[in-house]
Amino acid sequence: MTHKLATKALRGAALGGAIAAAALAGGAVQAKDTIKVGVVAFLTGPAAGPFGVPGKNGAELVIEAANAGTLPAPYNSKGFAGAMLDPIYTDEAGGNAKQVAEYRNLVQKQNVDALVGYISSGSCMAMAPVAEELKKLTVMATCGTPRLFEEKARDYVFRTQGNAVGDSIAAARYMVEKMPDKLTYTGINQNYAWGQDSWKFFDLAMQRLNPKSKASSKPQFPKIFAGQYGAEISTLALDPSEVVHSSFWDGDIEAFVLQALVRGFFQQKTFVSVVGASAIDSLGKKFPDGVVIGTRGEYGLLNRYDRSRDLNNWFVDEYKKRYGAYPLGPSYQYGKAVLFLKIAMDKAAKMAGGFPTQQQVIDAMKGMEFESFGGKVTMSLGNGHQAVHPVGYGITKFDKEKGEPGVVDVKYYSGDCINPPEGVLAADWLADGMPGAKCG
Amino acid sequence: MQLAMTILLDGLSFASYLFIVSVGLTIVFGVMKILNVAHGGFYAWGAYCAAFSITLAGDNDYPDWVGFFLIAGSAMVVGLVLGVIIERLILRRMYEQDEVLIALATFGIFLVLEDLIILTFGVNPFFAYQPMAAMGNVMMAGIIRDVYSISLFALAIVVAFGCWWGLTRTKWGKLISMVIYDREISMAMGLNVSAIYLVIFVIGATLGALGGAYVSPTISVAPGFGIDVIVLSFAVVVIGGMGSIPGAIIGAFMVGLFRAIAVHLMPELELFVVFAVMAVVLIVRPEGLFAPAKARTI
Repeated sequence: MTHKLATKALRGAALGGAIAAAALAGGAVQAKDTIKVGVVAFLTGPAAGPFGVPGKNGAELVIEAANAGTLPAPYNSKGFAGAMLDPIYTDEAGGNAKQVAEYRNLVQKQNVDALVGYISSGSCMAMAPVAEELKKLTVMATCGTPRLFEEKARDYVFRTQGNAVGDSIAAARYMVEKMPDKLTYTGINQNYAWGQDSWKFFDLAMQRLNPKSKASSKPQFPKIFAGQYGAEISTLALDPSEVVHSSFWDGDIEAFVLQALVRGFFQQKTFVSVVGASAIDSLGKKFPDGVVIGTRGEYGLLNRYDRSRDLNNWFVDEYKKRYGAYPLGPSYQYGKAVLFLKIAMDKAAKMAGGFPTQQQVIDAMKGMEFESFGGKVTMSLGNGHQAVHPVGYGITKFDKEKGEPGVVDVKYYSGDCINPPEGVLAADWLADGMPGAKCG
Repeated sequence: MQLAMTILLDGLSFASYLFIVSVGLTIVFGVMKILNVAHGGFYAWGAYCAAFSITLAGDNDYPDWVGFFLIAGSAMVVGLVLGVIIERLILRRMYEQDEVLIALATFGIFLVLEDLIILTFGVNPFFAYQPMAAMGNVMMAGIIRDVYSISLFALAIVVAFGCWWGLTRTKWGKLISMVIYDREISMAMGLNVSAIYLVIFVIGATLGALGGAYVSPTISVAPGFGIDVIVLSFAVVVIGGMGSIPGAIIGAFMVGLFRAIAVHLMPELELFVVFAVMAVVLIVRPEGLFAPAKARTI
């Protein structure tokens, strides 16, 4: 009796092992009706209003449309490789230690099939090693530090948003092209990976694009979510620099604008805000004209009225209809990350002839090129894990006719113009004069 | 000279802000011996109520100066309502407990207050810039300054004077001093310590809420912004000596001034300087600069 049981157990184990081996070897696995995906964004805290909630909304809109098969063609197939996506929305607030615990909870207890999201560069840098350890597919949606893939190759982590290198070089190109007489600059950036990287690459690009330009010796790096910038504004006002670069986001950009506005700061300095467009919608007509503004892509305010693309039309109209507001940059970024997952799963399923394994989805994702709501995206950096796409800048000007914030003189820089080639560190590429940049 | 003047003005401005938000904390500790972590919650509620009502007034075309009344009103309503509820329903039952336990309870209250904010106001930020915009700006030491920040200095002086006058020149102040020196003897002499605790806690809560309400026109009022205030307030109170109002003034001034010096001269030290000042003070005087003398209990 004992012998029979042992034989049965061995047979069962052998069968299970064979199935697992087949899956690992690349064959399709049993079709699923539902896949569980953790969607992580700031749902509380200062970053929730301008970033987390619009990001979650963007993901929600695309998930529901993909599940229903109502996305515009060619993405109108139903589901994710035929499966319905069941999102588990999780709050990104609370610091990295909490986020690592949340990540493990999602993977090990809730058994999610993948994770999508993460806004803060701090979160992304903390989560990437955990994703690798747990071997779980994770699509980073918004964070911007280039260190994510420059410091280490990743197998399970992808990022569908361009990094701070492209954002900063595009800002420098815009300044040199549109305001070549402004040669001195300083900055105010948050004191962590995103802020430091943004300033570093803007500075390097300015030096390279216009060797006559000169950086201040006292760029400001206040703590993230500091809220009070009286002394920093005084320092920037006393600094002879004409241009002030900032990668402030969340409530910090709004607080800074309110405090600087009443001190006449924007009449004295040309303010370059890499990601300040979210504040324009929050502050409305209070947001000053004449600010050089970016959205980290072809998103939001920059292409709100550009109705030449079906995907953008659908996204703007559906978002506004559902949430009563225009989609912001994070809405596009989260929508794009979900779309990337869908396209990759559909593609992997087609290649596998059935429901794909995680590895097949990862293989499909590597180096993928796809059309998103905010333009074309190529996963061409970080060994096919890091996206490259155009980044635009414009100058704020309140549209009195529409009674809405507006932007003029918009210019987009292609991904090849503002990012180094694969395998080259951004700092080295900039130091070498950006060889091979294709700026059309 | 221009730089020195600018540093001084920036330092005073930030010190005024720090004093207003930390004085309530030090008063509550001085009298009740409670390390009130919920102070950040009063600050946040004050800011939210002020920002919400100012926004509402702005939407209904009320003149901008109405905002100042709404700031004062919000602080008083928040202080009175939350102060009374928390002191009567929770803290009153815990006075005999260990101080650490009470501090943990106030931390729990802080978390509840934060969540209530999200439930009440949602996660979208509020912008109540009207009072700051109404006061305009002025040229000082060669740079433009907003008058609102300068008015913060005036408010800090009023609060400091009010605290000094209230504690040293009124009957209630003398009774409070008795409770500070010895709660049990005060009770034995027939003093209604329970009522004094309630009044002090409401005053502390109102001052915390006033800090948030007055600052609200200058910031994006969003969930979670009360947390940093607790940390900064504790730093100020610890430097000055826990429970000491002159200590809070000096602590706020030191932190404000050293931070302004760092921002202007060595920006990379800005994050470090507040806690460096605290560390140095604690090495030299572990009880803080102005810790009140403790009565000897036999």
